[in-house]
Amino acid sequence: MIQVENIHKSFGDAHILKGINTTFEKGKTNLVIGQSGSGKTVFLKSLLGLFEPEQGKICYNGEYYWDLTTAEQRDLRQQMGMVFQGSALFDSMTVEQNVMFPMDMFTKQSISEMQDRVDFVLKRVNLIDAHKKYPSEISGGMQKRVAIARAIVMNPKYLFCDEPNSGLDPKTAILIDNLIQEITKEYNITTVINTHDMNSVMEIGEKIIFLKNGYKEWEGTNKEIFKTDNKAVTDFVYSSELFKKVRQMYIEERN
Amino acid sequence: MNYIAAIGKYFIMVGEVFRKPTKWRIMKSLILKEIDELIYGSMGIIIFISFFIGGVVTIQTALNLNSPLIPKSLIGFATRQSVILEFAPTFCSIIMAGKVGSYITSSIGTMRVTEQIDALEVMGVNSLNYLVFPKIIAMLFYPFAIAVAMYVGIFGGWIAGAFGGYAPSGEFIKGLQLDFIPFHITYSFIKALVFAFVIATVPSFHGFYMKGGALEVGKASTTAFVWTSVVIIILNYIITQLLLG
Repeated sequence: MIQVENIHKSFGDAHILKGINTTFEKGKTNLVIGQSGSGKTVFLKSLLGLFEPEQGKICYNGEYYWDLTTAEQRDLRQQMGMVFQGSALFDSMTVEQNVMFPMDMFTKQSISEMQDRVDFVLKRVNLIDAHKKYPSEISGGMQKRVAIARAIVMNPKYLFCDEPNSGLDPKTAILIDNLIQEITKEYNITTVINTHDMNSVMEIGEKIIFLKNGYKEWEGTNKEIFKTDNKAVTDFVYSSELFKKVRQMYIEERN
Repeated sequence: MNYIAAIGKYFIMVGEVFRKPTKWRIMKSLILKEIDELIYGSMGIIIFISFFIGGVVTIQTALNLNSPLIPKSLIGFATRQSVILEFAPTFCSIIMAGKVGSYITSSIGTMRVTEQIDALEVMGVNSLNYLVFPKIIAMLFYPFAIAVAMYVGIFGGWIAGAFGGYAPSGEFIKGLQLDFIPFHITYSFIKALVFAFVIATVPSFHGFYMKGGALEVGKASTTAFVWTSVVIIILNYIITQLLLG
């Protein structure tokens, strides 16, 4: 579980995060949504410890991140997996080497043990024949799956994803969403996903927080987002004509 | 004020490079890769430049020592001194600041832009140690390259002098052996080691802390080259004053 207490973050004069409070529960896919520039990425990077908030606290299973020593912070980070927006795979390494990298760095396992684990996680993300390929030789969807495999190879307690399906076709995007949700349930981890993909919101949003101009504007589930009257949320979620019609049908059905 | 802050940040970065080392097995392969990339990969340009610079130094010295009272052996002496004291360590370092420095800035900068450095940090890796330390260790072999540059530079001077008709071969070689001070080689290697550290760390600093996209990677490479050259030239003066002055 991750607890966020009143965090503020600024860059120069720009006040990006303005007192966000929330809790991300274990075994759930928690979504952070909001328009571009609403502070989602800064929020996620603050959760990861890449940015230090000026005010407020971030607590991982009872441990306040910024109260830990540098060594303890690094140990905690080894319990985190991250899927970056652009996958952030190491260009100079093959798919296999990318996935093996965290184990190679932090465990004393033999090469054959690491190889078995790499084969297992690559199979888990449905990548079987890409072991020896370089990131530049595989598609965007495959790169995302390699990034997920790398993120889960160390059995993390926390999984963070920054717009995991941006730039992907709708079918692949749904596959990635489902994969993340399955992994969250299977390993009972705390997953936080930054997205502005409405399919993700509707499909896997067990808990959703909506950020607007650095504030937490709304919090709820994918069921509740249909019912909410919060104008900022409805303007954002139902910005397309299709979703407006879906919402209208839902309201008419309810009445 | 910004420059002072940047200098402070640079020294903090250098301190961080030596903290929380990466597993030796991984570090060893990174160091070998960097030796291949930074030193072995630069030998061609170092040999090429040194050969022709040595030749040019000989020709220019010969053209300026045209009095019949000055022995031709001084051409060999002047070539040796110029190449060992200045051209091999300093000139090659400026070239290396361009070749190796821009490679370091652009490779680390691209990793920054594509969030690969963030990925390392999130995993709990000391990214500065992982990325910069192997480069510093690889550059410890730089004096070897400078030794080759000295040899090839003097050889180039001998070829230009003997075959260009500026100094007879025997006189040139006699000049090479004249008043040789072994400490000058030590001085040159000390300079090479200091410059090697600068070439490894200043471009790394510019790459590691860059912000923006692909265009900024290019700008950072240019800035890194300028600052590496400036630092080399200033340190060249200071070291010369301290060791020879």
